[in-house]
Amino acid sequence: MAQAEMTSSILGTETLPRFPTISPAGQAGTSFKPEHLTAIFAANDRRGFFEVHAENYMGAGGPPHRALERVRRDYPISLHGVCMSLGGPQPLDRQHLARFKSLVDRYQPALVSEHLAWSTHVNTYLNDLLPLPYTPATLSHVCDHVDEMQAAIGRPILLENPSTYVLFSDSSMSETEFIREISRRTGCGLLLDINNVFVSATNHGFSALDYLADFPLSKVGEIHLAGHAEQEDDEGDLLLIDSHDGPVADAVWRLYEMVIVRCGSIPTLIEWDSQIPDWPVLRAEALAAQAILDRQRNAREPSHAHG
Amino acid sequence: MPTADILPLRSQSLDFTGPFSAALLSPDVATPTLVTGPRGKRAEKRYSVYRNNVTVSLIAALTSIFPAVERITGPDFFRAMARFHVRETPPTSPLLFEYGRDFPGFIDRYEYAQDMPWLSDVARIERLWLDSYHAADAPTLEADVLSAVPPEDLARLTFRPHPATRLMSSAHPVVSVFAMNRSAGPVGRIEDRPEVGLITRIDDEVAVRRLAPGNAAFLNMLLGGQCLAAAVAGAFEAEPAFDLPSAIGEMIASGAFSHIETESDHVEHV
Repeated sequence: MAQAEMTSSILGTETLPRFPTISPAGQAGTSFKPEHLTAIFAANDRRGFFEVHAENYMGAGGPPHRALERVRRDYPISLHGVCMSLGGPQPLDRQHLARFKSLVDRYQPALVSEHLAWSTHVNTYLNDLLPLPYTPATLSHVCDHVDEMQAAIGRPILLENPSTYVLFSDSSMSETEFIREISRRTGCGLLLDINNVFVSATNHGFSALDYLADFPLSKVGEIHLAGHAEQEDDEGDLLLIDSHDGPVADAVWRLYEMVIVRCGSIPTLIEWDSQIPDWPVLRAEALAAQAILDRQRNAREPSHAHG
Repeated sequence: MPTADILPLRSQSLDFTGPFSAALLSPDVATPTLVTGPRGKRAEKRYSVYRNNVTVSLIAALTSIFPAVERITGPDFFRAMARFHVRETPPTSPLLFEYGRDFPGFIDRYEYAQDMPWLSDVARIERLWLDSYHAADAPTLEADVLSAVPPEDLARLTFRPHPATRLMSSAHPVVSVFAMNRSAGPVGRIEDRPEVGLITRIDDEVAVRRLAPGNAAFLNMLLGGQCLAAAVAGAFEAEPAFDLPSAIGEMIASGAFSHIETESDHVEHV
Protein backbone atom coordinates (compact mmCIF):
# COMPACT_ATOMS: atom_id res chain seq x y z
CA MET A 1 0.00 0.00 0.00
CA ALA A 2 2.70 2.44 1.03
CA GLN A 3 4.66 1.40 -2.05
CA ALA A 4 1.68 1.89 -4.30
CA GLU A 5 1.07 5.32 -2.85
CA MET A 6 4.67 6.33 -3.30
CA THR A 7 4.63 5.21 -6.92
CA SER A 8 1.45 7.09 -7.64
CA SER A 9 2.85 10.24 -6.08
CA ILE A 10 6.00 9.96 -8.21
CA LEU A 11 4.13 9.25 -11.39
CA GLY A 12 1.26 11.54 -10.54
CA THR A 13 -1.19 8.95 -11.85
CA GLU A 14 -3.83 9.59 -9.24
CA THR A 15 -3.46 13.29 -8.64
CA LEU A 16 -1.97 14.45 -11.92
CA PRO A 17 -2.23 18.22 -11.66
CA ARG A 18 -3.98 19.90 -14.55
CA PHE A 19 -1.82 22.76 -15.69
CA PRO A 20 -2.81 25.35 -18.26
CA THR A 21 -1.12 25.28 -21.65
CA ILE A 22 1.00 28.43 -21.79
CA SER A 23 3.27 29.14 -24.72
CA PRO A 24 6.76 30.60 -24.31
CA ALA A 25 6.67 31.88 -27.92
CA GLY A 26 8.35 35.26 -28.21
CA GLN A 27 9.25 35.21 -24.50
CA ALA A 28 12.47 35.61 -22.56
CA GLY A 29 12.82 33.55 -19.37
CA THR A 30 15.34 32.69 -16.69
CA SER A 31 16.64 29.72 -14.76
CA PHE A 32 14.28 29.09 -11.83
CA LYS A 33 15.97 29.39 -8.46
CA PRO A 34 13.81 28.48 -5.43
CA GLU A 35 15.21 31.44 -3.48
CA HIS A 36 13.50 33.74 -6.01
CA LEU A 37 10.03 32.19 -5.62
CA THR A 38 8.59 34.85 -3.31
CA ALA A 39 10.05 37.74 -5.30
CA ILE A 40 8.78 36.30 -8.59
CA PHE A 41 5.21 36.16 -7.36
CA ALA A 42 5.45 39.51 -5.56
CA ALA A 43 6.44 41.11 -8.88
CA ASN A 44 3.27 39.64 -10.43
CA ASP A 45 4.64 39.83 -13.95
CA ARG A 46 3.07 37.07 -15.98
CA ARG A 47 5.43 37.33 -18.92
CA GLY A 48 8.40 35.04 -19.36
CA PHE A 49 9.08 31.41 -18.59
CA PHE A 50 11.28 29.40 -16.26
CA GLU A 51 13.76 26.64 -16.87
CA VAL A 52 14.62 23.98 -14.31
CA HIS A 53 17.29 21.30 -14.26
CA ALA A 54 15.25 18.12 -14.42
CA GLU A 55 17.45 16.25 -11.94
CA ASN A 56 16.68 18.69 -9.13
CA TYR A 57 13.04 17.61 -9.29
CA MET A 58 13.58 13.87 -9.38
CA GLY A 59 13.08 13.39 -5.66
CA ALA A 60 9.90 11.55 -4.67
CA GLY A 61 8.24 14.55 -3.04
CA GLY A 62 8.73 17.52 -0.75
CA PRO A 63 9.29 21.26 -1.17
CA PRO A 64 10.92 21.17 -4.66
CA HIS A 65 7.69 19.82 -6.13
CA ARG A 66 5.55 22.39 -4.28
CA ALA A 67 7.69 25.19 -5.73
CA LEU A 68 7.62 23.80 -9.27
CA GLU A 69 3.85 23.23 -9.12
CA ARG A 70 3.45 26.84 -8.02
CA VAL A 71 5.57 28.15 -10.90
CA ARG A 72 3.95 25.86 -13.45
CA ARG A 73 0.45 27.08 -12.62
CA ASP A 74 1.31 30.57 -13.93
CA TYR A 75 4.24 30.13 -16.32
CA PRO A 76 5.45 27.83 -19.06
CA ILE A 77 8.40 25.77 -17.94
CA SER A 78 11.37 24.39 -19.79
CA LEU A 79 12.65 21.05 -18.51
CA HIS A 80 16.40 20.99 -19.06
CA GLY A 81 18.20 17.69 -18.50
CA VAL A 82 21.85 17.90 -17.52
CA CYS A 83 22.91 14.29 -17.04
CA MET A 84 21.29 11.93 -19.54
CA SER A 85 24.82 11.38 -20.92
CA LEU A 86 23.52 11.25 -24.52
CA GLY A 87 27.08 11.75 -25.81
CA GLY A 88 28.63 8.76 -24.07
CA PRO A 89 28.98 5.31 -25.62
CA GLN A 90 27.32 3.37 -22.82
CA PRO A 91 23.59 2.60 -22.85
CA LEU A 92 21.32 5.25 -21.39
CA ASP A 93 20.27 4.72 -17.78
CA ARG A 94 16.76 3.25 -18.08
CA GLN A 95 15.84 4.31 -14.58
CA HIS A 96 16.86 7.87 -15.37
CA LEU A 97 14.82 7.83 -18.58
CA ALA A 98 11.78 6.68 -16.61
CA ARG A 99 12.29 9.45 -14.05
CA PHE A 100 12.60 11.98 -16.85
CA LYS A 101 9.41 10.74 -18.49
CA SER A 102 7.47 10.96 -15.25
CA LEU A 103 8.56 14.61 -14.86
CA VAL A 104 7.46 15.37 -18.42
CA ASP A 105 4.11 13.73 -17.73
CA ARG A 106 3.68 15.49 -14.41
CA TYR A 107 4.66 19.05 -15.37
CA GLN A 108 3.81 19.13 -19.08
CA PRO A 109 6.75 21.41 -19.93
CA ALA A 110 6.58 23.66 -22.98
CA LEU A 111 10.22 22.86 -23.80
CA VAL A 112 12.36 19.79 -23.12
CA SER A 113 16.10 19.77 -23.72
CA GLU A 114 19.33 17.87 -23.11
CA HIS A 115 23.01 18.31 -23.93
CA LEU A 116 25.40 17.06 -26.55
CA ALA A 117 27.74 15.80 -23.83
CA TRP A 118 28.34 12.92 -21.47
CA SER A 119 28.67 12.79 -17.70
CA THR A 120 28.66 9.14 -16.64
CA HIS A 121 31.47 6.62 -17.14
CA VAL A 122 30.55 3.06 -16.11
CA ASN A 123 29.06 3.75 -12.67
CA THR A 124 30.73 7.06 -11.91
CA TYR A 125 28.69 10.21 -12.28
CA LEU A 126 31.16 13.02 -13.01
CA ASN A 127 28.76 15.99 -12.70
CA ASP A 128 30.12 17.89 -15.68
CA LEU A 129 29.16 18.22 -19.34
CA LEU A 130 32.09 16.39 -20.92
CA PRO A 131 33.05 16.60 -24.59
CA LEU A 132 33.07 13.93 -27.28
CA PRO A 133 34.92 13.39 -30.56
CA TYR A 134 32.90 14.10 -33.68
CA THR A 135 33.14 11.02 -35.90
CA PRO A 136 30.67 8.92 -37.90
CA ALA A 137 30.77 6.34 -35.10
CA THR A 138 29.98 8.78 -32.27
CA LEU A 139 27.32 10.40 -34.47
CA SER A 140 25.59 7.08 -34.87
CA HIS A 141 25.48 6.33 -31.16
CA VAL A 142 24.36 9.86 -30.20
CA CYS A 143 21.53 9.52 -32.73
CA ASP A 144 20.53 6.21 -31.16
CA HIS A 145 20.47 7.87 -27.74
CA VAL A 146 18.41 10.82 -28.94
CA ASP A 147 16.00 8.39 -30.62
CA GLU A 148 15.76 6.41 -27.40
CA MET A 149 15.13 9.45 -25.24
CA GLN A 150 12.52 10.86 -27.60
CA ALA A 151 10.76 7.49 -27.74
CA ALA A 152 10.85 7.20 -23.94
CA ILE A 153 9.32 10.60 -23.25
CA GLY A 154 7.03 10.59 -26.28
CA ARG A 155 8.12 13.91 -27.75
CA PRO A 156 11.08 15.51 -29.51
CA ILE A 157 13.83 17.14 -27.50
CA LEU A 158 15.98 20.18 -28.14
CA LEU A 159 19.67 19.24 -28.17
CA GLU A 160 22.10 21.87 -26.87
CA ASN A 161 25.46 22.68 -28.45
CA PRO A 162 28.30 22.41 -25.91
CA SER A 163 31.00 24.77 -24.72
CA THR A 164 34.35 22.99 -24.87
CA TYR A 165 37.93 23.52 -23.73
CA VAL A 166 39.69 20.71 -25.62
CA LEU A 167 39.45 19.13 -29.06
CA PHE A 168 39.81 15.43 -29.95
CA SER A 169 42.53 14.41 -32.38
CA ASP A 170 40.07 11.79 -33.68
CA SER A 171 37.35 14.24 -34.70
CA SER A 172 36.60 14.11 -38.41
CA MET A 173 33.48 16.29 -38.55
CA SER A 174 32.82 19.87 -37.54
CA GLU A 175 30.50 20.46 -34.59
CA THR A 176 27.90 22.19 -36.77
CA GLU A 177 27.95 19.33 -39.28
CA PHE A 178 27.64 16.83 -36.42
CA ILE A 179 24.70 18.66 -34.86
CA ARG A 180 22.94 19.22 -38.19
CA GLU A 181 23.19 15.51 -38.92
CA ILE A 182 21.77 14.55 -35.49
CA SER A 183 18.81 16.81 -36.06
CA ARG A 184 18.29 15.46 -39.56
CA ARG A 185 18.46 11.81 -38.51
CA THR A 186 16.46 12.01 -35.27
CA GLY A 187 14.09 14.89 -35.93
CA CYS A 188 15.21 16.56 -32.72
CA GLY A 189 15.14 20.34 -32.43
CA LEU A 190 18.09 22.35 -31.22
CA LEU A 191 18.83 24.54 -28.27
CA LEU A 192 21.33 27.13 -29.43
CA ASP A 193 23.50 28.33 -26.54
CA ILE A 194 25.09 31.47 -27.93
CA ASN A 195 27.41 31.86 -24.96
CA ASN A 196 28.64 28.33 -25.64
CA VAL A 197 29.29 29.28 -29.27
CA PHE A 198 31.27 32.33 -28.16
CA VAL A 199 33.20 30.39 -25.49
CA SER A 200 34.14 27.56 -27.88
CA ALA A 201 34.96 29.97 -30.72
CA THR A 202 37.33 31.90 -28.44
CA ASN A 203 38.87 28.75 -26.98
CA HIS A 204 39.47 27.07 -30.32
CA GLY A 205 40.17 30.11 -32.46
CA PHE A 206 37.27 29.88 -34.90
CA SER A 207 34.77 32.54 -35.88
CA ALA A 208 31.49 32.55 -33.96
CA LEU A 209 29.88 34.16 -37.01
CA ASP A 210 31.03 31.33 -39.27
CA TYR A 211 29.73 28.81 -36.74
CA LEU A 212 26.33 30.49 -36.64
CA ALA A 213 26.25 30.76 -40.45
CA ASP A 214 26.76 27.00 -40.64
CA PHE A 215 24.39 26.14 -37.77
CA PRO A 216 20.93 24.80 -38.75
CA LEU A 217 19.13 27.82 -37.27
CA SER A 218 15.76 26.71 -38.65
CA LYS A 219 15.79 23.86 -36.10
CA VAL A 220 16.38 26.09 -33.09
CA GLY A 221 13.50 26.03 -30.60
CA GLU A 222 15.23 27.79 -27.72
CA ILE A 223 18.23 30.02 -27.14
CA HIS A 224 20.44 30.12 -24.05
CA LEU A 225 22.42 33.15 -22.95
CA ALA A 226 24.78 33.15 -19.96
CA GLY A 227 27.84 34.76 -18.50
CA HIS A 228 31.36 33.36 -18.77
CA ALA A 229 34.66 33.78 -16.92
CA GLU A 230 38.18 34.30 -18.22
CA GLN A 231 41.27 32.15 -17.68
CA GLU A 232 44.42 31.39 -19.66
CA ASP A 233 45.47 28.32 -21.59
CA ASP A 234 48.99 26.79 -21.53
CA GLU A 235 50.19 29.34 -24.07
CA GLY A 236 48.89 32.26 -22.01
CA ASP A 237 46.02 32.93 -24.42
CA LEU A 238 42.48 33.68 -23.32
CA LEU A 239 40.49 30.60 -22.31
CA LEU A 240 36.81 31.26 -21.58
CA ILE A 241 34.95 29.24 -18.97
CA ASP A 242 31.21 28.62 -19.28
CA SER A 243 30.62 29.64 -15.68
CA HIS A 244 26.98 30.86 -15.62
CA ASP A 245 27.93 33.14 -12.74
CA GLY A 246 27.45 36.64 -14.13
CA PRO A 247 25.77 38.84 -16.70
CA VAL A 248 25.77 38.03 -20.41
CA ALA A 249 28.80 39.50 -22.21
CA ASP A 250 28.35 42.32 -24.74
CA ALA A 251 29.75 40.21 -27.57
CA VAL A 252 27.20 37.49 -26.81
CA TRP A 253 24.35 40.04 -26.83
CA ARG A 254 25.51 41.19 -30.29
CA LEU A 255 25.54 37.64 -31.64
CA TYR A 256 22.13 37.09 -30.09
CA GLU A 257 20.59 40.13 -31.71
CA MET A 258 22.00 39.04 -35.04
CA VAL A 259 20.43 35.58 -34.70
CA ILE A 260 17.06 37.07 -33.73
CA VAL A 261 17.12 39.50 -36.63
CA ARG A 262 17.85 36.60 -38.95
CA CYS A 263 15.43 34.05 -37.43
CA GLY A 264 12.69 36.03 -35.75
CA SER A 265 11.82 35.61 -32.12
CA ILE A 266 12.86 32.35 -30.43
CA PRO A 267 12.18 31.64 -26.73
CA THR A 268 15.30 32.83 -24.96
CA LEU A 269 16.60 31.89 -21.56
CA ILE A 270 19.10 33.59 -19.27
CA GLU A 271 21.07 30.95 -17.37
CA TRP A 272 22.57 32.00 -14.07
CA ASP A 273 23.51 29.08 -11.84
CA SER A 274 26.14 30.25 -9.41
CA GLN A 275 26.72 33.46 -7.48
CA ILE A 276 23.01 33.86 -8.07
CA PRO A 277 21.89 37.49 -7.82
CA ASP A 278 18.65 38.87 -6.39
CA TRP A 279 15.62 38.42 -8.60
CA PRO A 280 15.56 42.00 -10.01
CA VAL A 281 19.09 41.57 -11.41
CA LEU A 282 18.28 38.28 -13.10
CA ARG A 283 14.95 39.62 -14.32
CA ALA A 284 16.69 42.66 -15.82
CA GLU A 285 18.82 40.33 -17.95
CA ALA A 286 15.66 38.59 -19.17
CA LEU A 287 14.05 41.96 -19.90
CA ALA A 288 17.07 42.95 -21.98
CA ALA A 289 16.53 39.81 -24.09
CA GLN A 290 12.80 40.50 -24.17
CA ALA A 291 13.46 43.99 -25.58
CA ILE A 292 15.43 42.46 -28.45
CA LEU A 293 12.65 39.92 -29.10
CA ASP A 294 9.98 42.64 -29.00
CA ARG A 295 11.94 44.93 -31.29
CA GLN A 296 12.21 42.17 -33.84
CA ARG A 297 8.54 41.26 -33.56
CA ASN A 298 7.51 44.89 -34.06
CA ALA A 299 9.84 45.21 -37.03
CA ARG A 300 8.27 42.15 -38.64
CA GLU A 301 4.67 42.93 -37.81
CA PRO A 302 3.84 45.08 -40.90
CA SER A 303 4.60 42.13 -43.16
CA HIS A 304 2.26 39.91 -41.12
CA ALA A 305 -0.95 41.90 -41.26
CA HIS A 306 -2.93 39.10 -39.65
CA GLY A 307 -0.30 38.34 -37.03
CA MET B 1 16.03 2.82 -35.34
CA PRO B 2 19.04 1.30 -33.54
CA THR B 3 20.24 -1.81 -35.24
CA ALA B 4 22.38 -4.67 -34.04
CA ASP B 5 25.02 -4.28 -36.74
CA ILE B 6 26.38 -1.04 -35.26
CA LEU B 7 27.12 -2.69 -31.93
CA PRO B 8 30.51 -4.18 -32.92
CA LEU B 9 31.53 -0.76 -34.25
CA ARG B 10 30.74 0.80 -30.91
CA SER B 11 33.05 -1.40 -28.91
CA GLN B 12 36.01 -0.64 -31.20
CA SER B 13 35.87 3.06 -31.80
CA LEU B 14 33.96 4.66 -28.98
CA ASP B 15 36.20 4.10 -26.03
CA PHE B 16 36.95 7.76 -25.38
CA THR B 17 35.16 8.08 -22.04
CA GLY B 18 37.53 5.67 -20.27
CA PRO B 19 40.76 7.51 -21.17
CA PHE B 20 39.09 10.89 -20.81
CA SER B 21 37.68 10.22 -17.35
CA ALA B 22 40.72 8.37 -15.95
CA ALA B 23 42.51 11.57 -14.99
CA LEU B 24 39.49 13.66 -13.95
CA LEU B 25 39.64 12.68 -10.28
CA SER B 26 43.30 11.72 -10.18
CA PRO B 27 45.62 14.73 -10.09
CA ASP B 28 48.67 12.52 -10.63
CA VAL B 29 47.42 11.00 -13.88
CA ALA B 30 48.60 12.87 -16.99
CA THR B 31 46.29 14.68 -19.39
CA PRO B 32 44.83 12.06 -21.75
CA THR B 33 46.58 11.95 -25.11
CA LEU B 34 43.35 11.84 -27.10
CA VAL B 35 42.68 15.54 -26.43
CA THR B 36 44.49 18.57 -27.77
CA GLY B 37 44.23 22.33 -28.13
CA PRO B 38 43.59 23.93 -31.50
CA ARG B 39 46.46 24.02 -34.04
CA GLY B 40 48.70 21.88 -31.89
CA LYS B 41 48.32 23.92 -28.70
CA ARG B 42 48.82 22.09 -25.43
CA ALA B 43 45.83 20.68 -23.58
CA GLU B 44 47.03 20.57 -19.93
CA LYS B 45 45.33 23.71 -18.65
CA ARG B 46 42.39 23.13 -20.93
CA TYR B 47 41.83 19.62 -19.61
CA SER B 48 42.31 20.94 -16.08
CA VAL B 49 39.11 22.95 -16.51
CA TYR B 50 37.26 19.63 -16.53
CA ARG B 51 39.26 18.29 -13.57
CA ASN B 52 38.39 21.44 -11.70
CA ASN B 53 34.70 21.40 -12.69
CA VAL B 54 34.27 17.81 -11.53
CA THR B 55 36.09 18.11 -8.22
CA VAL B 56 34.87 21.57 -7.25
CA SER B 57 31.24 20.86 -8.15
CA LEU B 58 31.23 17.61 -6.16
CA ILE B 59 32.84 19.32 -3.17
CA ALA B 60 30.12 21.98 -3.51
CA ALA B 61 27.50 19.22 -3.51
CA LEU B 62 28.87 17.88 -0.22
CA THR B 63 29.03 21.41 1.21
CA SER B 64 25.37 21.95 0.44
CA ILE B 65 24.38 18.61 1.99
CA PHE B 66 26.55 19.03 5.13
CA PRO B 67 26.50 22.76 6.08
CA ALA B 68 26.67 22.12 9.84
CA VAL B 69 29.75 19.92 9.42
CA GLU B 70 31.32 22.66 7.32
CA ARG B 71 30.57 25.30 9.95
CA ILE B 72 32.09 23.14 12.67
CA THR B 73 35.28 22.34 10.76
CA GLY B 74 35.62 25.64 8.91
CA PRO B 75 35.58 25.86 5.11
CA ASP B 76 39.25 25.00 4.49
CA PHE B 77 39.20 21.85 6.63
CA PHE B 78 35.89 20.82 5.07
CA ARG B 79 37.11 21.36 1.51
CA ALA B 80 40.22 19.28 2.10
CA MET B 81 38.22 16.49 3.74
CA ALA B 82 35.54 16.58 1.02
CA ARG B 83 38.19 16.51 -1.73
CA PHE B 84 39.62 13.26 -0.36
CA HIS B 85 36.13 11.78 -0.22
CA VAL B 86 35.13 12.93 -3.71
CA ARG B 87 38.25 11.31 -5.17
CA GLU B 88 37.79 8.11 -3.18
CA THR B 89 34.00 7.81 -3.58
CA PRO B 90 32.56 9.82 -6.46
CA PRO B 91 28.78 9.67 -6.91
CA THR B 92 27.19 6.73 -8.69
CA SER B 93 23.86 8.46 -9.33
CA PRO B 94 23.21 11.61 -11.37
CA LEU B 95 20.86 12.67 -8.56
CA LEU B 96 23.29 14.63 -6.41
CA PHE B 97 20.82 14.89 -3.53
CA GLU B 98 21.53 11.17 -3.08
CA TYR B 99 25.28 11.78 -2.73
CA GLY B 100 27.21 11.74 0.53
CA ARG B 101 25.82 8.56 2.09
CA ASP B 102 29.37 7.29 2.61
CA PHE B 103 30.67 10.62 3.88
CA PRO B 104 29.90 10.00 7.61
CA GLY B 105 31.85 6.73 7.47
CA PHE B 106 34.69 8.54 5.72
CA ILE B 107 34.73 11.16 8.49
CA ASP B 108 35.04 8.34 11.06
CA ARG B 109 38.22 7.21 9.28
CA TYR B 110 39.57 10.66 8.42
CA GLU B 111 42.84 11.17 10.27
CA TYR B 112 42.38 14.87 10.96
CA ALA B 113 38.84 14.47 12.35
CA GLN B 114 39.79 12.00 15.08
CA ASP B 115 39.54 14.63 17.84
CA MET B 116 35.89 15.26 16.87
CA PRO B 117 34.34 11.82 17.48
CA TRP B 118 30.83 13.30 17.22
CA LEU B 119 31.41 14.89 13.82
CA SER B 120 30.33 11.87 11.77
CA ASP B 121 27.00 11.72 13.60
CA VAL B 122 26.37 15.38 12.74
CA ALA B 123 26.97 14.36 9.12
CA ARG B 124 24.59 11.41 9.54
CA ILE B 125 21.78 13.62 10.81
CA GLU B 126 22.37 16.11 7.98
CA ARG B 127 22.16 13.28 5.45
CA LEU B 128 18.86 12.16 7.07
CA TRP B 129 17.61 15.76 6.93
CA LEU B 130 18.03 15.71 3.13
CA ASP B 131 16.37 12.30 2.82
CA SER B 132 13.42 13.70 4.72
CA TYR B 133 13.33 16.80 2.51
CA HIS B 134 13.03 14.76 -0.72
CA ALA B 135 10.90 11.89 0.62
CA ALA B 136 7.50 11.12 -0.91
CA ASP B 137 4.50 13.24 0.00
CA ALA B 138 1.90 11.81 2.35
CA PRO B 139 -0.69 13.18 4.76
CA THR B 140 0.23 13.53 8.41
CA LEU B 141 -1.79 11.77 11.07
CA GLU B 142 -4.23 14.15 12.79
CA ALA B 143 -5.17 13.94 16.47
CA ASP B 144 -8.89 13.49 15.72
CA VAL B 145 -8.18 10.33 13.72
CA LEU B 146 -6.54 8.86 16.77
CA SER B 147 -9.23 10.01 19.20
CA ALA B 148 -11.91 8.40 17.01
CA VAL B 149 -10.43 4.92 17.58
CA PRO B 150 -12.58 2.83 19.95
CA PRO B 151 -10.75 2.43 23.29
CA GLU B 152 -10.77 -1.36 23.03
CA ASP B 153 -8.77 -1.16 19.74
CA LEU B 154 -6.09 1.20 21.02
CA ALA B 155 -3.68 -1.33 22.49
CA ARG B 156 -3.22 -3.24 19.22
CA LEU B 157 -3.04 -0.16 17.02
CA THR B 158 -0.03 0.25 14.76
CA PHE B 159 1.03 3.31 12.78
CA ARG B 160 2.39 3.84 9.32
CA PRO B 161 5.46 6.11 9.37
CA HIS B 162 5.36 9.17 7.14
CA PRO B 163 7.85 8.61 4.28
CA ALA B 164 9.88 11.62 5.50
CA THR B 165 10.34 10.35 9.07
CA ARG B 166 13.76 9.27 10.34
CA LEU B 167 15.03 8.49 13.85
CA MET B 168 18.66 8.69 14.87
CA SER B 169 20.37 7.68 18.12
CA SER B 170 23.80 8.98 18.91
CA ALA B 171 26.27 8.59 21.77
CA HIS B 172 26.82 12.35 21.36
CA PRO B 173 24.62 15.49 21.57
CA VAL B 174 24.03 15.32 17.84
CA VAL B 175 20.71 17.18 17.77
CA SER B 176 22.02 20.08 19.85
CA VAL B 177 25.18 20.39 17.75
CA PHE B 178 23.18 20.14 14.52
CA ALA B 179 20.63 22.77 15.61
CA MET B 180 23.26 25.21 16.85
CA ASN B 181 25.33 24.98 13.68
CA ARG B 182 22.37 25.26 11.34
CA SER B 183 21.10 28.43 13.03
CA ALA B 184 22.41 31.91 12.42
CA GLY B 185 23.29 32.43 16.10
CA PRO B 186 26.62 31.98 17.84
CA VAL B 187 27.85 28.53 18.82
CA GLY B 188 28.96 27.56 22.31
CA ARG B 189 29.99 24.53 24.33
CA ILE B 190 27.62 21.61 24.63
CA GLU B 191 27.89 18.95 27.32
CA ASP B 192 28.72 15.56 25.81
CA ARG B 193 25.77 13.20 26.30
CA PRO B 194 23.76 10.76 24.20
CA GLU B 195 20.86 12.20 22.21
CA VAL B 196 18.10 10.81 20.01
CA GLY B 197 16.86 12.93 17.10
CA LEU B 198 13.52 12.65 15.32
CA ILE B 199 13.51 14.06 11.78
CA THR B 200 10.11 14.72 10.25
CA ARG B 201 8.54 16.86 7.54
CA ILE B 202 5.36 18.71 8.31
CA ASP B 203 3.82 21.43 6.12
CA ASP B 204 6.83 20.97 3.82
CA GLU B 205 9.32 21.97 6.53
CA VAL B 206 11.86 19.46 7.78
CA ALA B 207 12.09 19.57 11.57
CA VAL B 208 14.64 17.91 13.85
CA ARG B 209 13.68 17.44 17.47
CA ARG B 210 15.51 15.94 20.42
CA LEU B 211 13.52 13.18 22.08
CA ALA B 212 13.41 12.44 25.81
CA PRO B 213 14.52 8.82 26.48
CA GLY B 214 10.97 7.49 27.09
CA ASN B 215 9.56 9.20 24.00
CA ALA B 216 12.52 7.96 21.98
CA ALA B 217 11.86 4.35 22.96
CA PHE B 218 8.13 4.81 22.34
CA LEU B 219 8.50 6.30 18.85
CA ASN B 220 11.30 3.94 17.90
CA MET B 221 9.05 0.95 18.59
CA LEU B 222 6.07 2.48 16.79
CA LEU B 223 8.24 3.33 13.78
CA GLY B 224 9.44 -0.28 13.82
CA GLY B 225 5.84 -1.46 13.47
CA GLN B 226 5.19 -2.50 17.08
CA CYS B 227 1.69 -1.94 18.43
CA LEU B 228 0.80 0.85 20.84
CA ALA B 229 0.69 -1.42 23.91
CA ALA B 230 4.17 -2.79 23.17
CA ALA B 231 5.54 0.68 22.59
CA VAL B 232 4.12 1.95 25.90
CA ALA B 233 5.62 -1.01 27.75
CA GLY B 234 8.97 -0.44 26.06
CA ALA B 235 8.88 3.25 26.91
CA PHE B 236 8.27 2.59 30.63
CA GLU B 237 11.10 0.11 30.59
CA ALA B 238 13.42 2.74 29.16
CA GLU B 239 12.11 5.55 31.37
CA PRO B 240 10.02 4.86 34.49
CA ALA B 241 8.81 8.48 34.42
CA PHE B 242 7.52 8.07 30.81
CA ASP B 243 4.63 10.47 30.18
CA LEU B 244 2.23 8.87 27.67
CA PRO B 245 0.03 11.92 26.91
CA SER B 246 3.08 14.04 26.20
CA ALA B 247 4.51 11.31 23.96
CA ILE B 248 1.24 11.06 22.03
CA GLY B 249 1.28 14.86 21.72
CA GLU B 250 4.81 14.81 20.32
CA MET B 251 3.91 11.98 17.96
CA ILE B 252 1.05 14.03 16.47
CA ALA B 253 2.79 17.41 16.51
CA SER B 254 5.89 16.07 14.79
CA GLY B 255 3.96 14.55 11.91
CA ALA B 256 5.98 11.34 12.25
CA PHE B 257 3.13 9.13 11.04
CA SER B 258 0.72 9.26 8.13
CA HIS B 259 -1.95 6.72 9.00
CA ILE B 260 -3.15 4.38 11.70
CA GLU B 261 -3.36 0.77 10.75
CA THR B 262 -5.62 -1.85 12.22
CA GLU B 263 -4.58 -5.42 12.81
CA SER B 264 -6.56 -6.57 9.76
CA ASP B 265 -4.39 -4.31 7.54
CA HIS B 266 -1.40 -6.31 8.67
CA VAL B 267 -3.04 -9.62 7.95
CA GLU B 268 -3.74 -8.33 4.45
CA HIS B 269 -0.12 -7.43 3.94
CA VAL B 270 1.35 -10.74 5.03
